[in-house]
Formats: sequence, C-alpha cells, structure tokens
Amino acid sequence: MNAPLLEIEDLHASAGGVEILHGIDLVVRAGEVHAVMGPNGSGKSTLAGVLAGKPSIEVTRGKVSYFGRNLLDLAPEERAREGIFLAFQYPVEIPGVSNMYFLKAALNAGRKHRGQEELDAIDFLTLVREKMELMQIDEKMMNRSINEGFSGGEKKRNEVLQMAVLEPRLAILDETDSGLDIDALRIVSNGVNALRSPDRSMIVITHYQRLLDYIVPDFVHVLASGRIIKSGGKELALELEERGYAWIEGAAGR
Amino acid sequence: MAGSTHTLENLANREYEWGFVTDIEADQAPPGLSEDIIRLISHKKSEPGWLLEWRLRAFRRWLEMPEPAWSMVQHPPIDYQSIVYYSAPKQRKAPESLEEVDPELLRTYEKLGIPLLEQKRLAGVAVDAVFDSVSVATTFKQELEKHGIIFSSFSEAVQKHPDLVRRYLGSVVPYSDNKHACLNSAVFTDGSFVYVPKGVRCPMELSTYFRINAENTGQFERTLIVADERSYVSYLEGCTAPKRDDNQLHAAVVELVALDHAEIKYSTVQNWYPGDAEGRGGIYNFVTKRGKCLGKRSKISWTQVETGSAITWKYPSCILQGDDSIGEFYSVALTANRQQADTGTKMIHLGKRTRSTIVSKGISAGRGVNTYRGLVKIGPRADGSRNYSQCDSLLLGDKCAAHTFPYLEVKNPTATVEHEATTSKIGEDQLFFCQQRGISPEDAVSMIVNGFCKQVLRELPMEFAVEAQKLLGLSLEGSVG
Repeated sequence: MNAPLLEIEDLHASAGGVEILHGIDLVVRAGEVHAVMGPNGSGKSTLAGVLAGKPSIEVTRGKVSYFGRNLLDLAPEERAREGIFLAFQYPVEIPGVSNMYFLKAALNAGRKHRGQEELDAIDFLTLVREKMELMQIDEKMMNRSINEGFSGGEKKRNEVLQMAVLEPRLAILDETDSGLDIDALRIVSNGVNALRSPDRSMIVITHYQRLLDYIVPDFVHVLASGRIIKSGGKELALELEERGYAWIEGAAGR
Repeated sequence: MAGSTHTLENLANREYEWGFVTDIEADQAPPGLSEDIIRLISHKKSEPGWLLEWRLRAFRRWLEMPEPAWSMVQHPPIDYQSIVYYSAPKQRKAPESLEEVDPELLRTYEKLGIPLLEQKRLAGVAVDAVFDSVSVATTFKQELEKHGIIFSSFSEAVQKHPDLVRRYLGSVVPYSDNKHACLNSAVFTDGSFVYVPKGVRCPMELSTYFRINAENTGQFERTLIVADERSYVSYLEGCTAPKRDDNQLHAAVVELVALDHAEIKYSTVQNWYPGDAEGRGGIYNFVTKRGKCLGKRSKISWTQVETGSAITWKYPSCILQGDDSIGEFYSVALTANRQQADTGTKMIHLGKRTRSTIVSKGISAGRGVNTYRGLVKIGPRADGSRNYSQCDSLLLGDKCAAHTFPYLEVKNPTATVEHEATTSKIGEDQLFFCQQRGISPEDAVSMIVNGFCKQVLRELPMEFAVEAQKLLGLSLEGSVG
C-alpha cells in the first residue's frame, strides 16, 4: 500500500466558538479519490476549511499530518505551495484583478517555493491555453476580473482551471457540483478526471451522488454531525442516494 | 482571523521611507505672521506693488475669516504665529542651470527618486523642484521655450511675465475663497507657472516635486497653469516631507485655466509625512485646487493619489463655464494609522452640454478616517449637462471609517445626474482565497487594493502610476516569501 499522504486523527474543530467537528479520522493515500458526503451542516466544508487553513476555523484537538509533517503548523499559503488546493464552494470575486494575472502570480508563488524558475508571460500563456481548452474557458474570460460577473458554472470551471494549472498533490473539491447544470457538470468532471494520477489525491465533497457518476471515487465517507459515521466503496454512494441520510444516521444509532 | 488582521495592520502602518532631513543652511524669516512678514516676503522676491497690495488685502481678509468647520477632519487649533513663512536654501546666487544647484539638494531629490540630471537626460520630463519655499531648478526650460511654452517658478513668472500672472492670478480661486486659500494668497513664497500658447501640444509631461524640509515651516506654494486655445498640457505633482514630531502646515493653491478647445491633465501623487502610529506629527495638507474650463469644448482632468499627510483637506474642482466643456476627477485616497482625509471634488456646470465624471476610491486602514465630499451643481443655463459619480470605499480592518457625502444641486430639468456608491471590506474571504492559491497575505492585499484602484491608476501617466502603486504599498517589494 502507498504511504499515506494525509492522515487525520481525532480532529475536533470549532467556528465562532461552536464545535463542529467532533473527532474525524481519515487516511488518504497517493492516487486515491475519497468522496465525503453528508447532509447540510454535517461539517463537510469545515473539514475542507481545516485542511486549507481557513483562519476562522479553530482546531481544538487532534492531528493532521501531510507527507508526515504537521499540516496545522503551516500558513494557508504555505499549504498551497506544498500542493494543497481547495476548489471553493463559493469562489470570491476580486474586482480589478484579472484572472490571468492572478493565476500567473499563484503559479509562480508555488514555483518559487519549490525552487523552480518563475514562468514568463509567454511560457505561462502556452501552459494556460491548453488547460483553458480543457475547461472551455476563453481568453476573454481570462482577462476579466476574478470571478466578477461570472455565472455559477463559470466560477466553478474557473476553479478547476486553477487546479489544472497549479497541479496540486491534494485537491479538495468543496461542492464543486453545486449550482451546475448538466453540461457544466460534465465539463467540470472531465477537467477533474483529467487530473487524476497515481501521485495526486482528491477529496471530493458533495451532497449528491450525481457527481460521483462522473468522478468515480475509490472510497466514500458519510459525515453526519461532525463525525464520519460510515465508510465504504463507491457503492455506498448509490445506497445513500436510494435510502437517504436518515437511514444511515439511524443505522449509526442516533 | 487574528493573523490576517494583523497583517493588514502591519501593511497599513508601514514606516515612512522619505523621512530624512537634508542639512542645508536656510535663509529664514522669524516665525509669525504679520503685515511686516508679508512685506518681507514680497521684498525678498522683488515683487511689483500690485502683488504686495493683493497679498495684503488677502491677509486682512484672512484675519476676519473663520476656520472651515464643516469637514470631518479634527485637529487642535493651528498656531499661525509659530510657523515660519519664509525659508529658502542659502545659496550664493540664483542658479542659472542645474550644474550650479547645491549638490546636497540634488542628492535629496535623488533619494526621493527624482534625479533631475537623469531625468533631464533620459525621461524627457521637465521638472520644477520646489524645496521649502523656493524653486531650485527648472529643467528642460530651453526645450520648452522652443515651443513658446513658459514653465518656470512662480517668482520668475512674476518678474518675466507679470501681465499673464496678473490677469489670471486669483481668477479661479479668489483670495477670499476660504481661510486656507486666503492665507496662501497672503504668504505664498513660490510655486510653478505654466503657460501653453495657442495650438501647442506640450511635448513632455511637466512635473513639480514639492518637498518640505525645514522645521516649523509652512509650505505655501501656488501653481497657475494657463492653457491657451487648442493647447494641451499634462502636469504632474509629487510631494514628500521629512519626519517631524510637530505638525506642519501645507496650504497650497492651484489654479488651472483652459481656454477654447484646450485640455489640462493634472496628476498628483501626494506622500507628505503622515505622522506616526499615535498620530504625532505629519502634514496638514489644506489645499485649494480648482480649474476653470473657460473656453468652449475645453477639458480639465484631475487625477490624485493621496497616501500621505496627517490630514488631507482638498477638493480639486472644475468650473465648467464654456459650452460642451468636460471636467473629470479621479481619486484614490488612503488613510492608515490615524490619518484623516476629507477629499472630493466640486463640478460646477454653468455652460450648456457640459459633462463631468467623478471616480473616487477611498481606502481606510488602521484608525484612518476617509471622507468623500462632492458637490455636483447644475446651473439654470446648463441645458443637457451630465454628471456621473462613482464613490467606492474599501475598509481594511475594523477600526477605520469611511464616509460619503455627495451633494447635488440641480437647477436645470434637462440635466442627467447619476451617482453610485459602494463600501466593501477586504474580506477575510478574499484574502484567504488568495492565500489558498499560494499568494502571501501582503501580496494579496496589494493585489486587492491595486484592483480596487485600477480605474484611477490607469488615468495616471506611466511613470507616475508605478510610483503610485509603490506608495499604496502595492509593489511586490518587501513582501514575505
């Protein structure tokens, strides 16, 4: 078995003084895709936030190691440069900052960190064009301000484009399927699938089984009230779809 | 959350880099203000009698005038008697050319990033540098003279072109306009004068760099720019001052006059010493700037980036008198620590089909207070006039404040007036988003602020835009990682 890339042990976390995660254990190895499912308010986004280092979330107990290092010691930008990528559920708008400029700055921050040479405008453009095609994003969109006036689908495609360019080791997709119509869902999923590789892991957070028809996970975890109450293979997602979360919450003795 | 707020504050409260003092012997008048001091200034400058009379009328008026009390700025009463009203770097004789200027003075300008010699050779920017109260060097004069353009210190213009000065001085900002303008009219010691003749497009950007050096001196410069018919000129103004614990008063007056089809573009990057984190020291920047679009189809455009001063009180305005004339105001004002800014514009539409645009971006950080105050006035004759105003405020942290006071006075039913205003915070969300992509918080803030100001910064001439970005703490220099 591969060495673990991410190990979460007894993770407790709060936001605004209220504990949301009550002890999460999860091991993700290189190349694996883990789906995390669960009802609203179960703590899915909080988990994503902890991994990315969201400042408003406080870890109160437990350990998270990433390639054997204590992840919680790293600032959010250090985690990003070390290969952690979060595709946001609600990508923010930044008026006046072009998408292209931002992405280049992000890529070069990571390259600099890894001791690689920063890409100049031409090399960057060559790289990004190829990924733009994959995500069906045109140059006009790249020259607009980050996410400003983007439709829901455009925002999500833009997130996956950033992921494709930054080539993370661990990608966390936080409800990337929410608000997508079927065509956009297909584009986004294709983009994500193109990035699957033996040394890249993914945590796919979703509400619905639908996404998992496109991005087929190796493991499915069900999160409820801040705990993982059931884990299984991809068939668990289908079972959930059929029987609803109430079934599993009942089965977990709640 | 604590982490990123901390970063914001660090950024907002960075050290002032231009706070050095130049050791130059100065020829100074004793502190205090009286008719004698005014006579002394006028005498030192060998001024004609009419100008002395004008100064004295202004002084007498000033004595009776109240301090403006309507703005949001707060400061202890100014002790006008403790200010030195005349301070000139001592020199054996007036410099004929740059080579004769005191090298210490030139080094000061180099530290400020405006090497006159270098600029003279390379950049094609003509610089008139005002040091304390006296204009030390005017570069590129001969090149400009070929086109008939007059660009000189105000004092020189009074000697060489008294008719032009007399005709336009006070024609846009009368000495009785307000207390600060009145004081300036009484005691102004130098400044710049520009005249662009008919049909001439000024071949280079004209630039003045102001610096307050001597302690307890006020700087009261006066700028007068006249663009004759069908002419064009772009004028840049930059300012710095050394660090002092006392407050220094800067009460300048700028008057612009555009005749038929003429265009004046006036850009300012103001970085006077803002005072320290506790609000000690810093410049009181009480400036009256106004342009008159006297001729038809004339245009005056103000662009300002205000990052310095303890208090900024200025409202670069346009009087749109000529039919079809255009006024523009683009502004970025940043207040950090305990800085206060009350700034905006007045667009006075008098002529028919006159148009004005106002874009104001206020950034508040630390305990800074930022106020936009604007007046759009459409007179009864101004048929079909239009105004568009946009005022955006950006807050960094939770101890700062932003206010917007748009005043409208519309006396013509055919006018169109639009106003938009937004207030936003640099969200933790925006910052986190950038960090999650590997960008340091410092770079993220500068990126966000830069984006916020883009609409204004792109109005600045290239070299100036770069400087402005630096001043806004926007450059990637000094960032972590």
